[in-house]
Amino acid sequence: MAQSDNANPEVMTTSDGTPLKESLRRSMRRNRIKALLLVAPLGLFIFFSFVMPILTMMYRSITNPEIIDHLPRATAELRAWTPAESDLPPESFFRAISLDMLTADEEDRHIGRAGGQLNYEIPGARSMLGRTGRAVTSLDEPPDSWKDFILEQHRLWEDPATYQIMQRQMNPITAQYYLNALDFRYDAEGNIERQPEFQRIYVELYWRTLWVSALITGLTILLGFPVAYLLANLPMRISNLLMILVLLPFWTSLLVRTSSWIVILQSQGVLNDILVLLGVVADDNRPRMIYNMIGTVVGMTHILLPFMILPLYSVMKGIPPSYVRAARSLGANPVVAFFRVYLPQTVAGIGAGSILVFILSIGYYITPALIGGSSGQLISNFIAYHMQSSLNWSLAAALGGILLVAVLILYYFYNKLIGVDKMKLG
Amino acid sequence: MKHTFKKTTVASAAAVGLMGVPSVGFADSLTIVSWGGAYEESQRRAYYEPFMEMTGIDIVQESRSAEGLAGVRAQVEAGNVTWDIVDMLEPDSMRGCDDGVLEVIDHDEILKPAPDGTPPTEDFVLPMRDCYIPQILYSTALAYNSEAFDGEEPSRVEHVWEMDEFPGRRSLRRVPAGNLEWALVADGVPRDEVYDVLMTRDGPERAFAKLDEIKDDVLWWTEGAQPPQLLADREVAIASGYNGRFFNAQVVEDQPIEIIWHGQVLESDGWVVPQGKLSEDVRQFLRFATDTQRLADQAKYIAYGPARASSAAMVGDHADTGVDMAPHMPTHPDHIEVGILQDAEFWADMGDTLEERFSSWLAR
Amino acid sequence: MSDDAFVQFSEVQKSYDGETLVVKNLNLDIARGEFVTMLGPSGSGKTTCLMMLAGFEPATHGEIYIDGTAINKMAPHKRGIGMVFQNYALFPHMSVAENVAFPLQVRGYAKSDIEDRVNRALDMVRLRDFGSRRPAQLSGGQQQRVASARALVFEPKVVLMDEPLGALDKNLREEMQIEIKHLHEDIETTMVYVTHDQSEALTMSNRIAVFDDGVVQQLASPPELYERPVNAFVAYFIGENNRFYGTVKESDGDWCKVELEGDGNTVTALPVNIAGVGERTTLSLRPERVVVNPNEGQCDNVLEGVVRELIYLGDHIRTRAVVGDNEDFIVKIPNAQGHAQLEKGQSVRFGWAAEDCRALDA
Repeated sequence: MAQSDNANPEVMTTSDGTPLKESLRRSMRRNRIKALLLVAPLGLFIFFSFVMPILTMMYRSITNPEIIDHLPRATAELRAWTPAESDLPPESFFRAISLDMLTADEEDRHIGRAGGQLNYEIPGARSMLGRTGRAVTSLDEPPDSWKDFILEQHRLWEDPATYQIMQRQMNPITAQYYLNALDFRYDAEGNIERQPEFQRIYVELYWRTLWVSALITGLTILLGFPVAYLLANLPMRISNLLMILVLLPFWTSLLVRTSSWIVILQSQGVLNDILVLLGVVADDNRPRMIYNMIGTVVGMTHILLPFMILPLYSVMKGIPPSYVRAARSLGANPVVAFFRVYLPQTVAGIGAGSILVFILSIGYYITPALIGGSSGQLISNFIAYHMQSSLNWSLAAALGGILLVAVLILYYFYNKLIGVDKMKLG
Repeated sequence: MKHTFKKTTVASAAAVGLMGVPSVGFADSLTIVSWGGAYEESQRRAYYEPFMEMTGIDIVQESRSAEGLAGVRAQVEAGNVTWDIVDMLEPDSMRGCDDGVLEVIDHDEILKPAPDGTPPTEDFVLPMRDCYIPQILYSTALAYNSEAFDGEEPSRVEHVWEMDEFPGRRSLRRVPAGNLEWALVADGVPRDEVYDVLMTRDGPERAFAKLDEIKDDVLWWTEGAQPPQLLADREVAIASGYNGRFFNAQVVEDQPIEIIWHGQVLESDGWVVPQGKLSEDVRQFLRFATDTQRLADQAKYIAYGPARASSAAMVGDHADTGVDMAPHMPTHPDHIEVGILQDAEFWADMGDTLEERFSSWLAR
Repeated sequence: MSDDAFVQFSEVQKSYDGETLVVKNLNLDIARGEFVTMLGPSGSGKTTCLMMLAGFEPATHGEIYIDGTAINKMAPHKRGIGMVFQNYALFPHMSVAENVAFPLQVRGYAKSDIEDRVNRALDMVRLRDFGSRRPAQLSGGQQQRVASARALVFEPKVVLMDEPLGALDKNLREEMQIEIKHLHEDIETTMVYVTHDQSEALTMSNRIAVFDDGVVQQLASPPELYERPVNAFVAYFIGENNRFYGTVKESDGDWCKVELEGDGNTVTALPVNIAGVGERTTLSLRPERVVVNPNEGQCDNVLEGVVRELIYLGDHIRTRAVVGDNEDFIVKIPNAQGHAQLEKGQSVRFGWAAEDCRALDA
């Protein structure tokens, strides 16, 4: 029989002799082009607004171009020098770096960019380069010894470690930021070691973020399940009203919602006042329910609750009441009917809601920033901090990259366990 | 001539690329970024409105200084700078300057001299940074709710640490700057030596150890509006905060809040210009907005001290309440006497490291 | 309550909104082992009755008994009722065998016992080899049989079926009707069956309760119901019938004379449910009892009519004619040797016996 094998002489053809496959392809081409044109705007939009920025950030997390770009001559000199020869590099290095600074000054002031790069490793390197750069460019004539002149400008120039670290930073590709993001670092000799105890922070934050996200997911299931059940089973008139109540938070500003938790939970807040009034707690011993982990968990659970309720609702809406009735009529008491018949059928909704809430809470930072205090901070708060305040974008990118990988791994396991095709979002 | 040597060396070394030619804005409008709130309002009344009236140049306000340096850096890197002038803290301006994303300012050329002819570089009370024009001096000071204390009220930095004598929770800003200085002062370091101690290897250790003593009682704030609110709500008894915010709560809103001037950390805030934006309009604005009279005017609207010595004498009464501003100024001689002048260079250099260490310390 | 009633509805009323009664004063006795069908149009209250019996809806008034025990306050799972739902309600996350085992598991049967009974139940519905499949992998008829097996496996006192064949196509439905009928004959359990399909009811039931407007219109065996409907609704709902409206002119108890509306012809009818002389009545006549062009004296009643439409249906020819006021007079002419050959537009005499023409309520 004629099949896909081209060598087979009995190729299936249309009545005019064109091979059937060719003919089919031709007839489908128009449709394919039309379909492509229709999705092209979205594809381009996603590429430029989503894929590109992520790729750029990922690229930034492993590259280290500043030193090479801004101090080309100095890096060339530094390559030729080994710390074994002498404590400090020779005069030629200092002459080269001066030329680099002068060139940079002529073109722009990018010399400091290299300093900013070095500053993560050598605190003070930014002002070392900045100050020296300004001194060099304001010289009227070259000094007798560039080395002596430069060493005078900043104490760090006299530290051999400065040059070793510069040598390592010359490498355009670096694992430094990923190491930092996992609480490791390079020591002066370039070996990988753990950060000193007082600098370790991110690994614990990752665990905390995962743990808190799981907790919030669990809480939204517990709180959202009954609400979704009511929504799906109450008469239309009442359930519509309830649905508006569920969606209302969506239409309120995030800041307003978060701030209202401050009003409720702070130590002089509504809830504490009520507890004191009821005599549950003493006035001078009000429990702290905000500006700590409790605040983060409460606030985020509230904000993410609709993301659990809506998929659950849509799944429950599709479960006819006859299933539970069947179970009851077959002899199951209400508890057994719920756990053996109703609950298993909502798994798709619980799965969809969980993955939504979990992934959203992993990336959430506004609520923890406002009501999380110091113990309620999550990894995203530090990514935001490095993006906005410390401007260590490479570290931010590395932290984000690890988070991205963690989410993909979770997604993989979710797919293995529950199956993404079973997910029902609404 | 100073430039001859430079040019020859460079020319002999490499080809020189032409970059960073300032683009001259043709539209008669300036986008000025500031901090929002009462502070930006004082700028609007003292600078923007008279300037717009005088020149007809429109000023577009953006309240995004909280991410000022990040924003400038992103815009310069993207080659699409939309901000003309940014209000920025001094250490940030130094980092931006070293990073090459800010214009270098020739202060004596751009700015007006004092009425008596003193050149700007001498009239300003701070050392001038390359890319930065100081505007005001503000302080991060401690303050307390007077209703929270029956007997003696706190008056010194050490009192923050004395939980038994001055009970109640504290609120401090969630950054190391200021807190490390206070910790050292509370640990017995003289105010004028805190940066020398912090610079040593064991200095930060000592400061963090001192902070450990009160860590459990501290609520860390992030937004300037929080500390006056926390004090007014009696959520905390003592809080650090910006003196202008405290002034507002104390005088304008009549809250029982008192400032502890002892140990106030004086910092400056000023203007910077993103790379490529030093146009004629921008120069005109900077010249106008930083003259002696205008700086003194701003103090009518907010309790921050003018950065020019020549403005001090011209500070008058608060525009809305008629309160005499002089005793509320962080730059009042009595207050400067007991304060700490922030070392911007120290924080520009050590900020990254100490911030990380602080975060790590907080998380533990 | 009567002694032989196994399931009994006693003065049962049901209202959902407190304003209207969906079930009005229902009294119904079902004997042990009987197959009773509740038949009626949608909204007639039949499903509500079933739900009250199963325990999913409380009766607003009255009492329901099973085997002499009042069950109004008994939870559904304690009633010992097996139920087959309209869409089978097979648990989609369980295999066929797990579905059938479910009622046994929740009753705490021993594992080996469960396996045994499940196998027997699956044998009974000829699905022994399908135990490991998921319900979604079965055809509609197979799903139906699993639902039956599940409802029967724990040997319930009563089995309820709520339109269990509604989702199947016609051929399969007829096949399954017979199958369920045989199942019932084999296990001799009491069955209450709800449907709106009269042929289904006629096929399977020992007795049929015809529901309309919250009231049982007639409770009788299928032949009784078909041959002797007690009112116009039952006559109309069960099988096809030709209707004439008229006024009772005279009645002697055995026979009555009715003057038809429109043409004024008078016909003789069997008075079943008439209000009295001078009152309106509905005459009901089954199409298959009409004789075409009868011989003189062969029929009590003869009327002229004009053929409007002939539909060839294989076993019979369905003929629509205009007779008097009735434009939808249907006659079924069997496709037998030497049957009448009619043509469209032809004038025909239609005749029938007086006893086939039942005078019912207006």
